[in-house]
Amino acid sequence: MNRILIRNGKVLTGGGNLGGNLSNDLGGEKLDILIEGEHIIGIEKDITKNIAKNSSSKLIEIDASECLVAPGLVDIHTHLRQPGTEEAETIESGSLAAALGGFTAVLAMPNTEPAIDSVSVVREIKELSKRAFCDIHIAGAITKNRQGETLAPMAEMAELGVKMFTDDGRGVQDAGLMRRALEYSSNLSVRLAQHCEVESLAAGGQMNEGEWSSKLGLKGIPAAAEELMVARDIALSELTGASVHFQHLSTAGSVELVSQARAKGLNITAEAAPHHFSLTEECLSDFDPIYKVNPPLRSKNDVAAIAGALKGGAIDVIATDHAPHCADLKEQPFEDAPCGMLGLETALSLSLMNLDMSPEDVIRVLSINPATIAKMEDQGGQNNGAKNNSWLAEGNVANLFVFDPTEKWIVDKTKSPSRSRNNPYDKMEMTGKVMHTIYRGRQVVADFKLVEAELEKVLA
Amino acid sequence: MRKANLGSNNLLSISELGSQGLKHLLFLTASFDGKFLPEAQNALLGKTVATLFWESSTRTKLSFEAATKQLAGQCLNLDKQGSAASKGESIRDTVETLLSLRTDCLVVRHSSSGAPSQIARWVDVPVINAGDGCNAHPTQALLDCYTIQSHLGDLAGLRILIVGDIRHSRVARSCIVAFKMLGANVSVFAPPTLLPVALESWGVELVQDYNTALERTDVVYLLRVQKERQDEAFLPSLKEYNRFYGLTMARAKFLKDHALIMHPGPINRGVEIDNEVAELENAVLTEQVANGVLVRMAVLYHLLAEEN
Repeated sequence: MNRILIRNGKVLTGGGNLGGNLSNDLGGEKLDILIEGEHIIGIEKDITKNIAKNSSSKLIEIDASECLVAPGLVDIHTHLRQPGTEEAETIESGSLAAALGGFTAVLAMPNTEPAIDSVSVVREIKELSKRAFCDIHIAGAITKNRQGETLAPMAEMAELGVKMFTDDGRGVQDAGLMRRALEYSSNLSVRLAQHCEVESLAAGGQMNEGEWSSKLGLKGIPAAAEELMVARDIALSELTGASVHFQHLSTAGSVELVSQARAKGLNITAEAAPHHFSLTEECLSDFDPIYKVNPPLRSKNDVAAIAGALKGGAIDVIATDHAPHCADLKEQPFEDAPCGMLGLETALSLSLMNLDMSPEDVIRVLSINPATIAKMEDQGGQNNGAKNNSWLAEGNVANLFVFDPTEKWIVDKTKSPSRSRNNPYDKMEMTGKVMHTIYRGRQVVADFKLVEAELEKVLA
Repeated sequence: MRKANLGSNNLLSISELGSQGLKHLLFLTASFDGKFLPEAQNALLGKTVATLFWESSTRTKLSFEAATKQLAGQCLNLDKQGSAASKGESIRDTVETLLSLRTDCLVVRHSSSGAPSQIARWVDVPVINAGDGCNAHPTQALLDCYTIQSHLGDLAGLRILIVGDIRHSRVARSCIVAFKMLGANVSVFAPPTLLPVALESWGVELVQDYNTALERTDVVYLLRVQKERQDEAFLPSLKEYNRFYGLTMARAKFLKDHALIMHPGPINRGVEIDNEVAELENAVLTEQVANGVLVRMAVLYHLLAEEN
């Protein structure tokens, strides 16, 4: 059985407080982690003495002395494009990008072709996921073909393990239908997630509505198009008692609405994407479709509100909205180019760089909270049956990663395993580097690179 | 070849051109008007200018063609109809095709804002924006500045009133920047649905009383109302628009004697402008078209032939 020993890293167990200063204080207690097969079999100081020297199995040793060791990241908003648009991404290529970004689980969005709105598509993705380099969880569509007209077979999909449903890429426009969806799914132990966009206000929109859209002559998407649906679904959550998860919130107004709803005790959760706290609408000034995304890049004020909500807890989760698109589509005239940007490989760095949060709090919103909301097993946190308040614990499945929070690196989009190149951060310097990723006890990333031997095993 | 007065080797927008560049192009236009640039007569000899019009146009396209020929250049014309573009060829592939035909300059019109800027990033020949979406139409702004200047002299201190669909107008976006750059005071008047969002960031005055504004202005610039705006519920009816925003004969009487009436064309008679108003002596619509050729000669000369 394969064994991995991670030496001398500062292990984020979720109990302590590492402080916000990235530049120092790795001096606290450093622990060793021993992994055997799929599981963590020991976390303690100076574990070496307990390792049976005569064991015949191979031991991979990782020196983590300048690094933090954390539960694997979890992305609950990933577009893997398979089935249907394999030229842009596949489950395999997307999962490799995820592994490089420190992720050990992603939630695949249902806006594939065909959409994930039936058991046969769910089964197909499960089959394809056997070749993946992280866990692939599946989000099913709320309505058939994401048309917002009739309910998709949510119970059948839930029976196969689907835990979240969304028509992502579109919001469910009809309030009556959304109410039925919330009611129907309330006994399935699933959560419905909403892409908040009122189409009658947003249709044809190219970017955030405001000073910049006005100047550039691009049709705007007002903040109200998002906020109206947030407000509506909060009311529906109150009406039905069902939980609602808001996807990729982007405006200060949405943050305010969610904060109020949570203060009332409603079961509302929310996510925000790294680009919504890292980039502003000003990026559009050269008409480069690389920055075209939905919800659009917003104002400085919105960016500050999103960052503040992640720090303050009104938004629970950072989710990438990794949205690969082929170059020829992104080279179309701005108004024809599709929305979306890559995000898996840069999410951790952008969070460490742009949020005033400790590494431990960043891991909370990039791993523990999303795993909890999407009810994922085998990721860090309380859902895995392991000890409370211990994100990494003996007996857990070994889904974890090692990162250096101060190490700098330069984004090179040409080196990505993603099949697409729509990375807006290309050539930018990042702080915070994923060094090693361990997925189910297999080292899939070593020293910032994919492990060839693991690739060959699967790709053979 | 890097040009002294233009920030880049393209003409994509007035703001990118800058005040120096704008004044230089107006100076060149005046030179062509007086025909005292004999050396320019063969300025484009052996050069090919391609007009790529993915959106239809009459006067802009014809005047670029005329300007090229006046300077002894060759013109290649691509229209959306009957071209590979109508068969779904991407703009990038179309541009590559034209470049392989040894084109020296691309004149681009597109219905998507920003398309000329996108193309300019792919090619190293000059790109001239001949109108993109709602974004910009810099040669229109140049010809309008020139037209005003030739009647009223320096634009500094003049009052210019722009009336109509400013929200969707690339002409308004370019003209307002250019007029302000030359020191004019710009005000606007339109149904609120056709005003741009965040108007306060534009640095123009919003007119409350149309008649008073007409009494004070040196230029009234009318914009075309597109019929589809009615279908999109920006307006209840074109008739109602004409009654409250159209320049009728009754309203034209408020204008000062020297005040110019302008319109980028094509006009909707009886909507934004009454028939008789369009025929008034102060209505300089055809002059605008004629100046369009001179301005485009100046732009082509500057980008393709002028030494630093």
